[in-house]
Amino acid sequence: MGLQEYVIVGRHLPTEHDPNPKLYRMRIFAKNQVIAKSRYWYFLKQLNKVKPSSGEIVSVNVIHEKRPLRPKNFGIWLRYDSRSGTHNMYKEFRELTRADAVASLYQDMAARHRARFRSIHILRVVEIEKTDDVRRSYIKQLLEPRLRFPLPHRVSKVKSTFVGKRPLTF
Amino acid sequence: MPNPSVFKRFVEVGRVILIQSGPYEGKIATIVEIIDHNRAVIDGPTTGVPRQGIPYRHIVLTPLVIKKLPRGARSGVVKKYFEKDEISSKWAASSWAQKLEIKKKRQSLNDFDRFNIQILKKNRRDRVRRELAKAKTTA
Repeated sequence: MGLQEYVIVGRHLPTEHDPNPKLYRMRIFAKNQVIAKSRYWYFLKQLNKVKPSSGEIVSVNVIHEKRPLRPKNFGIWLRYDSRSGTHNMYKEFRELTRADAVASLYQDMAARHRARFRSIHILRVVEIEKTDDVRRSYIKQLLEPRLRFPLPHRVSKVKSTFVGKRPLTF
Repeated sequence: MPNPSVFKRFVEVGRVILIQSGPYEGKIATIVEIIDHNRAVIDGPTTGVPRQGIPYRHIVLTPLVIKKLPRGARSGVVKKYFEKDEISSKWAASSWAQKLEIKKKRQSLNDFDRFNIQILKKNRRDRVRRELAKAKTTA
């Protein structure tokens, strides 16, 4: 899916009533800058009486992962609108970057709950530093020391349509 | 692990793997850390494979393992262990690697090379046949 994390700062346009409007900063996960800005306004509209025509975006910056080669455990709090109501959720992911974790969250929500991008709000993304703080068993099982497992039933891709030998899958 | 497994090759830290697709196809590297059931972080500082996350479906496990490689070791440490265990030479000596090497060589041949091989093979067959006939008459 290729998400990126953006930090966006914006504000209401200065008026006579308020010459120095307050700045609002948001961390947004989006595919590109355009979508990130759009999401910023979507969330800011819900929190304040501002809209794109009466406000401005001061800065848009990409946040890059500090250590993109170290696997980390992420806890993500989210809120999503199902067909019948709104739910809060907490899920855990083991990924290399925050943006990857959020991307796999969207995939997971699409798979398990048929939830679309528009119906999911990411509330909080936190890296879980201590393994004791990991709550979900599907992540816990990967944190076992000296973890090892085989790869059974490996199906190799054959280029030609017809081959003389049946594939070996072990 | 408590009970002995019927499997011989495991996804584990220190397992040497062969990359089967992508820009580093045909090169070996080692698993440095397991991400999940589908991916691992691999590194091959001496084999020209940069550290990266890779899905298991793009790699094959080899029988070689770097013993006692610490989990999440950095490239320098991986290099040291790689050289200490002589993984590169062990791999090059294995029949699997040699077969791959031969396959690569054969694919690089042009028509004239293939023709030369045909001649050489003919010569070899001929010499074997002669020697066999000679041995038969003397015996």
